Amino acid sequence: MLTALSLFTIALFSEEGGGSLVDVSPGLIFWTVITFIILLVVLKKVAWKPILAALEQREAAIKDALEKADKAQAEAKKVLEENQANLLKAEEESKKIINQSREYAEKLKEQMLNESKDQAKKILDNAAAEIDRKKEAAFDELKTQVAEIAIKAAEKIMNENLDSEAQRKIANKFIGEITKN
Amino acid sequence: MALNNLPDTLGVAVDTLKTAKGEGSGWILHHVLDSNYIEFDPFGKIYLPHLQLLGMDISITKNVVFMWLIAILLILLLSLVSGKYKRSLIPKGIVNFFEIIVLFVRDEIVKPTIGTGYEKFLPYLLTLFFFILAANLIGLVPYSTTVTGNIAVTAALASISFIAIQLGGIKKHGFFGYFKGLIPPGMPVLILPLIVIVEILGLFTKPFALCIRLFANMIAGHVVIFSLIGLIFILKTIFVAPVSVGFALFIYLLELLVALIQAYIFTMLTALYIGMAVHQEH
Repeated sequence: MLTALSLFTIALFSEEGGGSLVDVSPGLIFWTVITFIILLVVLKKVAWKPILAALEQREAAIKDALEKADKAQAEAKKVLEENQANLLKAEEESKKIINQSREYAEKLKEQMLNESKDQAKKILDNAAAEIDRKKEAAFDELKTQVAEIAIKAAEKIMNENLDSEAQRKIANKFIGEITKN
Repeated sequence: MALNNLPDTLGVAVDTLKTAKGEGSGWILHHVLDSNYIEFDPFGKIYLPHLQLLGMDISITKNVVFMWLIAILLILLLSLVSGKYKRSLIPKGIVNFFEIIVLFVRDEIVKPTIGTGYEKFLPYLLTLFFFILAANLIGLVPYSTTVTGNIAVTAALASISFIAIQLGGIKKHGFFGYFKGLIPPGMPVLILPLIVIVEILGLFTKPFALCIRLFANMIAGHVVIFSLIGLIFILKTIFVAPVSVGFALFIYLLELLVALIQAYIFTMLTALYIGMAVHQEH
């Protein structure tokens, strides 16, 4: 719209006066070309080369940093996974160790129990054997004492009637009968 | 911005009063045309020297002075920016502003249109974009002139674009290879002469369109603003002034947008034509 308006105005005004909007002045073209080329050369050296290089350098740095961050993240993830696996393994191991020790303790307990039972039995047996032996010894003593008492009694009874030898034989026979009974 | 426009308006008013006495209505042209003096109404004029070279008039005119101002401004600002990059790669302050534009030109204009091998053309296209943008924007400052609103300037810029396009193509494909590549393959021999003429015309119409587009767009807003302000003096009543100034302000803001858009379009199309010349297979 603006363009159309302006072209209209140009048509309107260009017919009057000396100058016209579409008069192309060669001097101005000359100066524009010179100015632009000098501007291009100077700006290329002073501005564009350093600015574009700086931008590229920064982009490379950002890209590098991002890549590094990605790598670090991946590594951290790996380490975390490893740690978790290790933790699991350790837990399992500890469970195994606990179980083993429990089993061992059970076994030990049983063994000790059995041993003590055996020992008690042995002690009891020993005691019983001792008692038997003592009983026999006591019985034997009792027997001899009884026999002696009997002999003495018999001696006293039949002091004059019988000689000792024959009496002892009789007494022994009598005592043997007693023990047999 | 309305205040900034005031001196211009004053100048126009003075001229209008002068012209109302007799000369006609050439005062708008007077304000948009090139001249051999810089006017600071109402303070006076600075006359510029006349120069001749081999019979050609190469006088320093208003547009030449402003072109130099733009060039100096760009060199100063951009060398400042590039100096700051040496200290730190992290942009700060003014560097941010220029970096956005440089990145925009590189990533949105040059890279997609030229593709591989775009680096060679980047300095030229960046300079072109910054030069046109600075010229368009400085043209909006009171007392200044819009150098891109002069057809000789845009013609020169378009000629440089034309040379850049042809050089890009010739460098890539060789002199004969490039011109042979302009003709689409598999053309019947009968219409070949016609195609050759059309293609050669096409080479020249592209920069011609670039030249006219930039010139017309930049001059249009100015002429409209002057016309709106002139309405006050043509109708000879103060009551039309709020309307005129309001509309002029609107056009002025629109021109800010147009300044950006035209810099973008000129650079974009030049890059596109270079891309077409470099990658003929597409």
